[in-house]
Amino acid sequence: MTLDQAKGEQARSRWASGVIPYKEMGYWKPDYVPKETDVIAAFRFVPQEGVEPEEAAAAVAGESSTATWTVVWTDRLTTYEMYQAKAFRVDPVPGTDQYIAYIAYDIDLFEEGSIANMASSIVGNVFGFKALKSLRLEDLRIPLHYIKTFQGPPHGIVMEREILNKYGRPLLGATTKPKLGLTARNYGRVVYEALRGGLDFVKDDENTNSQPFQRWRDRYLYAMEAVHRAMAETGEIKGHYLNVTAATMEDIYERAEFAKELGSVIIMIDLTIGYSAIQSMAKWARKNSMILHLHRASHSTFTRQKTHGISFRVLAKWMRMAGVDHLHAGTVVGKLEGDPNITKGYYKTLRGMKYDADPTLGLFFEQDWGSMPAVMPVASGGIHAGQVHQLLHLFGDDVVLQFGGGTIGHPLGIAAGATANRVAVEAMVQARNEGRDIWNEGPEILEKAAKWSPELRAALDVWKDVTFDFASTDTPDVVVTPTF
Amino acid sequence: MTVQQDAQNAEDSLRVEALPNDKLAEAVDLQAIVRETQITEVLDQLDRDLVGLAPVKTKIREIAALLLVDRVRRRLGLTTPPPSLHMSLTGNPGTGKTTVAMRMAEMLHRLGYVRKGHLVAVTRDDLVGQYIGHTAPKTKEVLKRAMGGVLFIDEAYYLYRPENERDYGQEAIEILLQVMENNRDDLVVVLAGYKDKMDRFFQSNPGMRSRIAHHIDFPDYTLDELFEIAKRMLGEQGYRFSPAAENAFRRYLERRMQMPHFANARSVRNALDRARLRQANRLYGLSTCTIADLLTIEAEDILASRVMQEPLGSADADRSRMSVE
Amino acid sequence: MAFRLTQGTFSYLPDLTDEEILKQVEYALNNGWAISIEFTDDPHPRNVYWEMWDLPMFDLKDPAAVLYEIRQCRAAYPNHYIRVNAYDRSYGRQTTALSFIVNRPKDEPGFHVIRQEVRDRQIRYTLHSYATDRPKGERYNG
Repeated sequence: MTLDQAKGEQARSRWASGVIPYKEMGYWKPDYVPKETDVIAAFRFVPQEGVEPEEAAAAVAGESSTATWTVVWTDRLTTYEMYQAKAFRVDPVPGTDQYIAYIAYDIDLFEEGSIANMASSIVGNVFGFKALKSLRLEDLRIPLHYIKTFQGPPHGIVMEREILNKYGRPLLGATTKPKLGLTARNYGRVVYEALRGGLDFVKDDENTNSQPFQRWRDRYLYAMEAVHRAMAETGEIKGHYLNVTAATMEDIYERAEFAKELGSVIIMIDLTIGYSAIQSMAKWARKNSMILHLHRASHSTFTRQKTHGISFRVLAKWMRMAGVDHLHAGTVVGKLEGDPNITKGYYKTLRGMKYDADPTLGLFFEQDWGSMPAVMPVASGGIHAGQVHQLLHLFGDDVVLQFGGGTIGHPLGIAAGATANRVAVEAMVQARNEGRDIWNEGPEILEKAAKWSPELRAALDVWKDVTFDFASTDTPDVVVTPTF
Repeated sequence: MTVQQDAQNAEDSLRVEALPNDKLAEAVDLQAIVRETQITEVLDQLDRDLVGLAPVKTKIREIAALLLVDRVRRRLGLTTPPPSLHMSLTGNPGTGKTTVAMRMAEMLHRLGYVRKGHLVAVTRDDLVGQYIGHTAPKTKEVLKRAMGGVLFIDEAYYLYRPENERDYGQEAIEILLQVMENNRDDLVVVLAGYKDKMDRFFQSNPGMRSRIAHHIDFPDYTLDELFEIAKRMLGEQGYRFSPAAENAFRRYLERRMQMPHFANARSVRNALDRARLRQANRLYGLSTCTIADLLTIEAEDILASRVMQEPLGSADADRSRMSVE
Repeated sequence: MAFRLTQGTFSYLPDLTDEEILKQVEYALNNGWAISIEFTDDPHPRNVYWEMWDLPMFDLKDPAAVLYEIRQCRAAYPNHYIRVNAYDRSYGRQTTALSFIVNRPKDEPGFHVIRQEVRDRQIRYTLHSYATDRPKGERYNG
């Protein structure tokens, strides 16, 4: 057989009707060198018994790009070599049945500025694929060319601080508790007390929308009365995240407009409203000079398990592109899931401008954000004043620390609880700036401040022993640094 | 630890009259603070690095000793007036005033009398403005940059221009005096320049004279010292004299020292720069050369200088310094 | 309860001593931040532009230089609010990194909320500085 004949034979068998392995359809290209403009994905997967990992990786590449289960001749009407995603590397995860597949996607596979499209492409169909026991999207390297097609956060950390006129320390917040059942008037009391006591923000909870015991418009009126009174009491800018989450886009806009009319600096939405609604609100928030807070309600349904779903770092990346100013990103020390290193990786994803891959933080890829503003991470859930040294050490200044129970549950009242938190934070920032080792000397620094602050004294006494020390389900596996 | 911290840490200040005899006889470990500040190293390095300047070195050792004793006294809580450290360094150009000022800054830093130990070198133009309201911010800006270190004002006497009664220099002097008095802990001011001009400056500015505690005069270098300086400079640059060139350079120095605009070590540096140029030009004409050739300055590289060719006192030699060296 | 303006990084702590101020400025200088001093007699939270006490200070080595200016500013405006700002020019930030109050009037007048009742039982809010009831320059003379 001549060379030409051989090639012809190869083409015939590639395009013959029927089912052939994905590997042979061009979705496995071990010598492929990703282009600067490619989107690169890292997937963790467990293949079914008898499925070789390269074939499984190729199947993921195929199903998340051009392929279907059988050969179609209509591929040949396209520049299919370009549109096919290419699995180019598969690494076993030592000591497990898992593998990490690296897949490159041409930038032309994605609509400009659409998270919905990117999600539908990369995680649209492939997660139910029978040849895999489980599949998890671990990380994405998104080329700057594609990043630039997104608006990004309406304001970002820098502008948020300038709007609030607050610098040099973490911001402080609390979620109103109980989150359901209070009438609007009682709800506003909690807001007022917490803000006048020293918090910068109070927040609706994710499911505080517009229920029979408290309709949205009433809540907004009382909460904003509280915000303005607290501003007069302190001379500081204060905010309450009014949750505008609602059933339809029209309702969401209506609520947001009303929040703006009342003079709020910030509104809030839930992840449950969907990616496109989030992008709509990002545009609205930029147009209306409103800080946009996103509560990641429902994310744990798909982010928590290590072997199936989507990693939170991918969601964090998408939300920065979609355009939110605040995103809950874990506390490490609080009541919700969060390994310290993995959480640091989320913070880097939200705040970094250009960084390298770092397997110890679970970051599979380098990422260049260009000049896209940073998202302010929010640490919330089971944290209190006695942990401030740990929180400041882990997260630095650009974070909102939300002490819900840690404010409202204070024995001397809500305002005292707020003061305790603010004193703890300011004393710790002062000590850090003076060069002290806050990680080790933190408790001592707090004790010293508690000598003149009865509010802090009480907080330290009540919550001194509260910790949530459970093993995390999602931890980094020390994998080889990808080098492409 | 800084001086201020020492004073704070000391127990209640002790009064000499109140001290019992046995207390007076108590031994004090002076060497401890010498070791702690590593001051000997700085002084020894100064000795090694600077050729000649014996009177200057003696004066610096005296100042170091004074400050050391001052620190010990403070540590023990003895009443001690705060030392005034502002100084004037006078001498002809190229006698090492800037170098000594930098070492002084380091020494003061080691001993805890300045917090950062940097040197900010300025002249009149950096301090004095061009129009009303310009001088004060300019002077303050410089003073603030120098805080924590040493402010070195070269040719400080030009701040004072008696011939022009509306000169803004006087304004700079007044701000300077105020800060020298009120912020002694924050910076040390060093005035530098020619001795005669500085003397006249102090005569017309008694306020300034009274705030300068130390006057150090830098003598001109002798021929042997200048030759030693030349050999060190060449060594640092990776060159050496041939025996004939050594001889030639000494003759060069003899003549150069008698010519106008002689500037001690600075003239030596310039002369060596020219000699290296001539050496390079000489080698450029060869097809091959040895490594030794590359390293060596020959007598002809020096003898080609106009200094060696023109009669002493010639008007030509005075034309410009660059062409002379 | 007397009013206390709580703008700035350290307003919930006892007023910083000069020594504590030096330490914060030292931290800022070590980060390469420029320092500016500003003062006002109208501390409304949305009064962004306090008066500048001279130009921002770049290239300082030692915090004593800042304390020197703070003292001059205090001498000139003993009864005004004075704050120290540290500015970070690095790419991606280019904004204030630290801002704290170093002087307050003896009596802080505070603010009150003006409620403008408009149709629909809706209320429009305005925050009013009591200090501004008196002319500029005479605000904290009491």
